[in-house]
Amino acid sequence: MAQKQFREVIREALREEMERDETVFVMGEEVAEYNGAYKATQGLLDQFGDKRVLDTPISELGFAGLGVGAAMNGLRPIVEFMTFNFALVGVDQILNNAAKIRQMSGGQIKIPIVFRGPNGSAGQLGATHSTAFEAFYAHFPGLITIHPSDPYDAKGLLKAAIRDDNPVIFLESEQMYGMKQEVPDEEYLLPIGEAKVKREGADVTIVADGKLFHVAKQATEQLVKDGVDVELIDPRTIKPFDIKTVIKSVKKTNRCVVVNESHPFGGVAAEVGFQIQRDAFDYLDAPVLRVTTPDVPAPFSKKLFDLWLPGPKQVIDAVNTVTYRN
Amino acid sequence: MATVIDMPKLSDTMEEGTIAKWNIKEGDKVEAGDIVAEVETDKATMDLEAFDGGTVLKILVEEGDAVPLGEKLVILGEEGEDISDLVGDDDSGDDDSGKDETAGKDGKKESRDESSDEEKKDKGDKESDDDESKKSDRKADRKDEAVKAKESSGKEFDPLFGDLKEGKKSGNGKQEDADGRVKASPLARKMAEEKGIDVSRVKGSGPQGRVVKADVENFKEEEAKTAKVDSAEEKKAPAKPTITGTKLEEDKEIKVSQMRKAIGKRLSESKFTSPHFYETVDIDMKKAIEVRTALNEISDVKISFNDLVVKACAIALRQHPWVNSSWMGDVIRMHGDVNIAVAVAVDEGLLTPVIRHADQKGLRDISIMTKDFAERARDKKLQPEDWEGSTFTVSNLGMYGIEEFTAIINPPNAAILAIGAIRDVPVVEDGQVVPGKRMKVTMSSDHRVVDGAKAAEFLNTVRTLLQNPASMLL
Repeated sequence: MAQKQFREVIREALREEMERDETVFVMGEEVAEYNGAYKATQGLLDQFGDKRVLDTPISELGFAGLGVGAAMNGLRPIVEFMTFNFALVGVDQILNNAAKIRQMSGGQIKIPIVFRGPNGSAGQLGATHSTAFEAFYAHFPGLITIHPSDPYDAKGLLKAAIRDDNPVIFLESEQMYGMKQEVPDEEYLLPIGEAKVKREGADVTIVADGKLFHVAKQATEQLVKDGVDVELIDPRTIKPFDIKTVIKSVKKTNRCVVVNESHPFGGVAAEVGFQIQRDAFDYLDAPVLRVTTPDVPAPFSKKLFDLWLPGPKQVIDAVNTVTYRN
Repeated sequence: MATVIDMPKLSDTMEEGTIAKWNIKEGDKVEAGDIVAEVETDKATMDLEAFDGGTVLKILVEEGDAVPLGEKLVILGEEGEDISDLVGDDDSGDDDSGKDETAGKDGKKESRDESSDEEKKDKGDKESDDDESKKSDRKADRKDEAVKAKESSGKEFDPLFGDLKEGKKSGNGKQEDADGRVKASPLARKMAEEKGIDVSRVKGSGPQGRVVKADVENFKEEEAKTAKVDSAEEKKAPAKPTITGTKLEEDKEIKVSQMRKAIGKRLSESKFTSPHFYETVDIDMKKAIEVRTALNEISDVKISFNDLVVKACAIALRQHPWVNSSWMGDVIRMHGDVNIAVAVAVDEGLLTPVIRHADQKGLRDISIMTKDFAERARDKKLQPEDWEGSTFTVSNLGMYGIEEFTAIINPPNAAILAIGAIRDVPVVEDGQVVPGKRMKVTMSSDHRVVDGAKAAEFLNTVRTLLQNPASMLL
């Protein structure tokens, strides 16, 4: 197995699926001639030509709608947003058309489309370029929302997303494109909607997705040193959410901290916390706590930004609270 | 400098001890090594020794009181020394019984409170873990609701952003909030219910005195207090109505002794946690009877059938190490030694002194030891080392004419052998019905350790040995 970057495996997944199925095509801003803003689509134009790798104007509503129309007519478009912050302009197409047409047509029309691109904050980019959208897209029925934390999961899940007949929101991170991991050269797919227990433990369950999974992982390393046996779960898919794996874990550990980059109100952590108290009430030894960005837009100032984005310390504090170690 | 004598652990299974007798009174001078009291444990009455000298400043418990491990018994020091700090932080006693009365008085009220507790908690949660920014506004809104909590703990507990150290207050022994609600995690509540513990009696170590998992798990030490109050309540309970008009003799209620408590607890635990199964074999005892008669003609101590069975078991255990094992949760411990406990009936219950290295001992030694144990058991003179470390147990009711019975495994053993009486029975030998001597033994085995076939192999060895006693010489 070779060490591969996150951006490389995204490219591999796209290439493999485009080679396998000629209805698969890629479009977005700068995806073709410029090889992608983050080089995820590098070389695809050369290999597949300009009919299957399309540069679009700076018009998210327009090309998102183009994608939805193509999907309705039997193609399998992959729409890249330079960031999901820009996708807000195209959200009518995503939420009103992509998410709803299958139901509104009584199941006659499938929408096999993937919207992918970086999500969430990436340092000092200011309030409008730093939003984490997991909870936002997961809120709407009809969409699958995937938020992988490493290259291996990303590749297997992106391939599964491309083959799925439902619209999929595939969330990446600017800060993770350079992340390397051993990824097999052989083809593999991963099931959508399955969480992964990435460390088994007995004292507390931490649920963390995407970029913040790595914050939780750092916290876990420290906590394990301090004698707290942490079970670390990466949901990988936000919706459908694999609550079973989390409940099973909480029944064992009796304590849970949910880490997620979305804002707290109505966020992913709120939903997971709710489901835990509903399904594992008698197993809880402490209230479920969450570590999220606060109910404030991202600040630009470095000092404020560092306070705003959760780090390992907040996760450790929350774990210490639920395990009564404070 | 005053020193405290507290209740020591005088046996491995002891959780509390009863002061059978004080040898001292307040004002006495005590030297290191003096026996200050006799303590009745679950197994025996033992001497309580002073390790320091001094004047007895205060005796904190009365004769007959059951005291949990580690609880203060006596304060020694210089005459006239101020010991108020040592007496003061003892939070058991009056304080507790008062509270328990209110809790006990109205069981229904408590469950009603519980539900409102949950509702309120939900409400609190919703508001408590939002962002920091609106905290100040919200504080005003929730002031009413929080006032009580604030009064009792000094500071509101805010799970994420609050000052966790200050928020957490174990509330010096106060299990209830100012409004009388018991704070407990759902898990702690459920565990307490399953264990039959009144959660209001558990001291909470969580924020604002919340009772959490660890508190219920560690509740054991406190059991004594509960037990004391329980029995007090029992006395107060009105007499039960009689079924018919006339009652021939009044019902009596006898306080459960330490030994009965230990028997109750350990055997329930054994029967309810280890999956028992039973196998019985009928053993031809003709030759064993002949051998015993012959031995007793020359032996200075009388060899009993029980001694023969113990010897046979000891040899068989060596050959079948699975039976000589213990279930330890993660591992099965195969014991290197063969230590056979022999159940001895005493007035209050039973004891199980251990014949150590039984496989290395001759019948004479086994007999002498067993007799000595039986005698000392009846006189309550057995010491912990006499009953600790068994790997297998034999229980014999043959002398009562019991044909066969099943015994409960004596933890941490994996099996126990129940021995019945030797019966005169007609048996068929060479096609002829002739008088025979038979004895049934039934082994209870812990299926987690021993399987049916393994138990059967062991029993066959025991049978072969007893049917051909000479083979025990090998």
